[in-house]
Amino acid sequence: MTLNDYLPLLVMMVLALVFVGAAVLISRIFSPKRPTVEKSAPYESGILPETEPAQRFPVKFYMVAMLFVIFDVEIIFLFAWASRFNDLGWYGIGAVAIFTAFVLETLAYVWKRGALDWNVKHRARYMTAADREAA
Amino acid sequence: MDLIDFGLIVLRVVATFALLLIVTPLNIWAERKLLADMQNRVGPDRAGPWGLLQSFADAIKLFFKEQVLPTKAEKWMFLLAPVFAVVPAFLLFMVVPWGAPLTFTIDGVERVVPLQGTDLNVGVLFVLAMSSMAVYAVVLAGWSSGSKYPLLGGVRATAQAISYEAALGLAIVAVVLYSSTAGDSGGGTLSLAGIVERQSGTLEAVLPQFGAITQFIPRWNLIPQFVAFVIFVIAAIAETNRAPFDLVEAEQELVGGFHTEYSGSKFLLFFLAEYVNIFSMSALAATLFLGGWNGPTFDSILPGFLSAAMPTVWLLIKTYVIVFVFIWVRATLPRMRYDQLMTLGWKRLIPGALGWLIVSALVIGIRRFGLPFV
Repeated sequence: MTLNDYLPLLVMMVLALVFVGAAVLISRIFSPKRPTVEKSAPYESGILPETEPAQRFPVKFYMVAMLFVIFDVEIIFLFAWASRFNDLGWYGIGAVAIFTAFVLETLAYVWKRGALDWNVKHRARYMTAADREAA
Repeated sequence: MDLIDFGLIVLRVVATFALLLIVTPLNIWAERKLLADMQNRVGPDRAGPWGLLQSFADAIKLFFKEQVLPTKAEKWMFLLAPVFAVVPAFLLFMVVPWGAPLTFTIDGVERVVPLQGTDLNVGVLFVLAMSSMAVYAVVLAGWSSGSKYPLLGGVRATAQAISYEAALGLAIVAVVLYSSTAGDSGGGTLSLAGIVERQSGTLEAVLPQFGAITQFIPRWNLIPQFVAFVIFVIAAIAETNRAPFDLVEAEQELVGGFHTEYSGSKFLLFFLAEYVNIFSMSALAATLFLGGWNGPTFDSILPGFLSAAMPTVWLLIKTYVIVFVFIWVRATLPRMRYDQLMTLGWKRLIPGALGWLIVSALVIGIRRFGLPFV
């Protein structure tokens, strides 16, 4: 294993970049360029945009991003373990089981806290008194 | 490493690139034609025989269309987004092995040419890295357009892609883990060529006590890792933003999603990347679970050059089976709601994949090391 294994990837990257550049440039030569105010305005199904695009997003999206980081780290450790599985034996399985238990605990916690509920009906502030009684 | 080696590398890369540029328009045609058949329509039938050249015609047409740069767009980010879509798509395809390495003798020097872009020893990680990179294209395109629909589509796509990437990664870990059962190595292999190699032969090597049956069953990961296969395919469909997970470009609510503002050749690049990704994901599913290029080569019946090409043919057949499943699913299932999508990803697939991994580890561990504490 040497850096030579990555040389084809570098060549492919250069080729792909040349392709992208060529595609944009060739089309720039052949395509018309007649911008109008309406054409260059953000597309909103023919209605003139009056407000800026939303600057704020539900916090859930950020929660998902953070959870993803936890799971991605978990996966990287699992790859390291799986590639030395036979050498590590039961010691490895035990260690990974403990580690996985902590990650599952994280998942159970955010699950119970409702961070994974995207259906508004389940959100506390949309609940009616009857819903609260049922829950 | 000399000039001939470098020439062979360039040849391999150009061949891979040409293959993708030819196969992708044909895949788009195949998808449109199959969807048409499933929906009782005719589909494209004007350009070339059976409409075969339709996608090429579409591509050429798009080159002659105006490239609109929206006034509210961030110019450089707007231009960079298609690059981030296309480059990782092509790079991802490079690690798929299409046959056993060939050995040539040129100028008295023996040269080994792998029938794959490059055999990375961390091939599996590279796949995950490249599919993560593709998320940047969506984020940049959505954000830099300065328009509402692309932004919404981009944010949705990001949350969806990272959710299902965790499930995808866990399914692949199970495969890597299972590959530790073949051979007497220290553990599983992260090289895709290695994973294919460890799927050669029949299931008899795993279950010799049922030799009468297992000697006829190929040793594909599909059978022992069926759960991982199902999770992988679902996650792969979600990663490529295909129906029923195509909320990213849900036409009825988001117009075109993250690429609403893109037109002309820049739109073409997004479209190309999407279909290259579908093809790569199918090839990966075939490589990881369906034995890759393993298959009978019919040495005794076919002439030499044909039987040498058989591994590639087998992988193509297996890949197209998965591509067909992708198209079939698109024609069958309606689009999911966003909360259903997140529930499936986080509450079903990820705990399911983790649970399956624990079961696999225990079963493989007991078979390999015996019971613990005995």
